Amino acid sequence: MNKKLESLFSISGNFVLLLSKPCGEIAILLYRTFFWIFKSNTNKRNFFLQLQEMGARTFPVTSLTLLFTGMVLALQTGYAFIRVFNEPLYVGRLVSASIVKELGPVMTAVVFSGRVGAAVAAELGTMKVTEQIDALYTLGTNPVKYLVVPRFLAAMIMLPLLVIYSDFLGTIGGYLVAHYRFDIPTNVYFDEVYLLRLKDVFHGLVKSFAFALLVIMVACYRGLNTEGGAEGVGRATTQSVVVSMVLILVGDYFLTALLIAFGLG
Amino acid sequence: MIKVENLRKAFKGHVVHAGISFVLNKGETLTIIGGSGSGKSILLKQIVGLVKSDSGSIIIDGKEISRLGEDKLQEVQKMIGYVFQESALFDSLTVGENVASGLNNLARLTALETLKIVEEKLALVGLPGIKEFKPAQLSGGMKKRVGIARAIAMNPQILLYDEPTTGLDPVMSDVINDLILKLKKETQMTAIAVTHDMKSAYKISDRVAMLYQGKILEVGTPQEIQNSKNGIVRQFISGSSSGPIPIPGQKFQPLKSE
Repeated sequence: MNKKLESLFSISGNFVLLLSKPCGEIAILLYRTFFWIFKSNTNKRNFFLQLQEMGARTFPVTSLTLLFTGMVLALQTGYAFIRVFNEPLYVGRLVSASIVKELGPVMTAVVFSGRVGAAVAAELGTMKVTEQIDALYTLGTNPVKYLVVPRFLAAMIMLPLLVIYSDFLGTIGGYLVAHYRFDIPTNVYFDEVYLLRLKDVFHGLVKSFAFALLVIMVACYRGLNTEGGAEGVGRATTQSVVVSMVLILVGDYFLTALLIAFGLG
Repeated sequence: MIKVENLRKAFKGHVVHAGISFVLNKGETLTIIGGSGSGKSILLKQIVGLVKSDSGSIIIDGKEISRLGEDKLQEVQKMIGYVFQESALFDSLTVGENVASGLNNLARLTALETLKIVEEKLALVGLPGIKEFKPAQLSGGMKKRVGIARAIAMNPQILLYDEPTTGLDPVMSDVINDLILKLKKETQMTAIAVTHDMKSAYKISDRVAMLYQGKILEVGTPQEIQNSKNGIVRQFISGSSSGPIPIPGQKFQPLKSE
């Protein structure tokens, strides 16, 4: 019995250690990132390259995703209400609220983690296994300052912008289906959209900042801690995407609960 | 110039260095030889501050550097150039930007001054006119030479070579050896090279040290090492599979030579 109890403690202890070590290390990486943001100037060239990579090159994918998310949402809502009330009511209200508060931030962050998080983890991971990170040190550059800071700042700016843009496109997608499929007049649809409150938009934006921080820190952490050649880079990339996606979806619930508690629901 | 005293390092209980000591005089080239996984590269990384030693000291020009913080370590890094095993050129930058990266970070120079140094160093390693190339467009030998140009861009007093000839054909290996000798003659830099290419070790070194089981087993001039009486050193430099060096994971007995 004692041995069983011992192994139970050992397993649960190992699990806690396994979970807390990366959390602690990510917190230290975040601290060092802020340290370098305030201590020295960010490499402008790297920063603008990252803005371009995370913004301009990501927006076609997020556009397509959110346009069709808005469309399918309108389609489902329309038919659901037709079955109950015999006419497609509240499509504009439902589509816009769902997109702005939930689907906009979550879907964009998921696409962002697949597109940007994977690229960052793979790039930093390759640099780590080919000793380029060590080379940075020997050439007098701190890798956090040179690699993490521009990516962190670009992600914190670009993901919220992408979310605002996605909110707009998702609502337009909903309108296309509402208007052309269900013959809902334009003014009726947009009158319902205008019922959105500013705090609904803030609700989505706060989430987008949290998700940006999550995705970029997980990707940078996994990239900088890559070991084991090409296989290690593959593992780091996959882990970065899977972990950030899970954290986005799980974190979304708790963040929503927290925002509601603070009156931003 | 460089004094390493009783340096110890272990990774997860596996002892890599069990007390390494040696002294290297100004302008001298020391080559450290030893089997794969004997901790040669880790020794270089400790000297440049990439890996912290568990105990012992590394003294460069009278200054103990093994316990320095990140800020002060930068001062030491200005004195040391590091040539990486796989060159470690930054893929996203051109050759010229690679060579200039140390200068941009550590020196306050104008763009024109930096450009002049980049061209001068690339010419010194025999690769003028390639500064616009990307590393992916270069051969292995060219990458090594660009790696050397990048390491000497700051005119360091010490140059560390991590397996400078590994992965190159014999002719290109000799080109790199000649380049190391040329740099030594022209710049009077103190250098440490780690390698298991014995031809290279004999050619470039003033002294050769054999690292074995975490300690320096023997140090001597290339001539003295070639005439060593130590069975382990003899087996290593002759590249024989039979002898006192245990071969990990080997289940068969090496063939005895007649």
